[in-house]
Amino acid sequence: MAAVEADLEACQGYANCVVGADRYFDIDDDGVVVLLRIEVADEDRRRVEEAVRSCPVSALKVTDA
Amino acid sequence: MTRTLIVGASVGGVRTAQALRGGGYDGEIVLIDLETEAPYDKPPLSKALLTGSAVPDGIRLLTPEQAGAARIDLLLGLRAVGLDPRARVVAFDDGSSLGYDRLVVATGGSARRPPWATTDGVHLVRTLADAAGLRRDLAAGGPLVVIGAGFVGAEVASTGRRLGLDVTMIDAQPYPLSRSLSPDLARAVLALHENAGVRCLMGAGVSGVAGSRGRLTVTLDDGTELKAATLVAGIGAAPSDGWLATSGLTLDDGLVCDEHCRAVGTTDVYAVGDVARWFDLARGRHVRVEHWTNAVEQAAYVAHAIIDPRSPRPYRPVDFVWSDQHHWKIQVIGDATGPAATAILGDPMADQRFAALYADEHGRLRGAVVVNWPRALVRCRKAMRETAAWRDLTADLHTAVGRAGA
Repeated sequence: MAAVEADLEACQGYANCVVGADRYFDIDDDGVVVLLRIEVADEDRRRVEEAVRSCPVSALKVTDA
Repeated sequence: MTRTLIVGASVGGVRTAQALRGGGYDGEIVLIDLETEAPYDKPPLSKALLTGSAVPDGIRLLTPEQAGAARIDLLLGLRAVGLDPRARVVAFDDGSSLGYDRLVVATGGSARRPPWATTDGVHLVRTLADAAGLRRDLAAGGPLVVIGAGFVGAEVASTGRRLGLDVTMIDAQPYPLSRSLSPDLARAVLALHENAGVRCLMGAGVSGVAGSRGRLTVTLDDGTELKAATLVAGIGAAPSDGWLATSGLTLDDGLVCDEHCRAVGTTDVYAVGDVARWFDLARGRHVRVEHWTNAVEQAAYVAHAIIDPRSPRPYRPVDFVWSDQHHWKIQVIGDATGPAATAILGDPMADQRFAALYADEHGRLRGAVVVNWPRALVRCRKAMRETAAWRDLTADLHTAVGRAGA
């Protein structure tokens, strides 16, 4: 199953990922991404990958475990 | 095998190619750009590239290796010069041509060149080469004069101060960012720049520039003369649609598209990013949007439409743009224009963080400006999608302000 990873140092809190897939991503009070779940269900994969590609600082990626 | 040809490899073109492959498109994907540089991201050009905190290889959108792995044929250094939509062929400046089953126009825009920008030492900021040249001149010292106080100009002015330069910013409008922000917020942005040591000459026009790199003289409409080592013109961009002039497609400050981002009168030509003027159902008119997030969302939309042409959902984005200026991260969601914000949480003139909210005539959130406040940004971006009740949103944010102040 695929998994999502976040680079917390790179994150700038734009929240594009939250808009794209709010079951997977949130932003905390300091403006850093919070992963609400790690494993990406097959039926969510395209949506999560789109959210990952919408990050302005490329702080996210989906990898195949 | 079918072929999708994407002309333009900035973020809109690159993300279309990636979304096609990621979405299971099995045809050929050809991605073409007139630049010889591997595709790169543009927002850092007016910020991190100028200070040196980012380097060109740190802002690549797609390396040749990544393109190969995704089976994207990346062809660089080719300029599209013509399109025959009936024959489904694009012609290039080297005399070659390429056919397609689906065409995605992603040629972006180019920085407007002012009439007086004829001497060296006058910079535009649109390409990696532009940023490299400007960085070299800024490293030689100020003064820096920036003409145009839109997003690019205001960011370059901010970067100039970060580099310790003497900076003057000039605009014909009374405030910076006046096309995107209501005057009450734009006034706060003016104060931000002035407090950071930028000399702001608003309501002023430039009548001429003389001299050369390192020793320029800028003459304003009222006769004032300013000395500058380097001058940057950030006076907007024009869509790169000239190559479509003889195609028979409808052009009107961009390629005119329907609500599905398809060029009017075609079923197989799409447009994404700065060059696309599509019919936006939410606004009830054709619009062209020059922001990064729109290019990315439009790319995902068009890739879906190519993979599944039966998808009837029109393209209806919520605008989002960010800008880093001095110590402010300014984020604009939806429509923040008009005479004034409806409500402001925090004080833009005094607080380090605040949110300005804009209601439409039905009392729904139509836009927001958020500065340095991540929680409010997320709340407002969700609220724009959910058309949340105004009272719930402001109550939420008031609570958050109270907590922050405690």
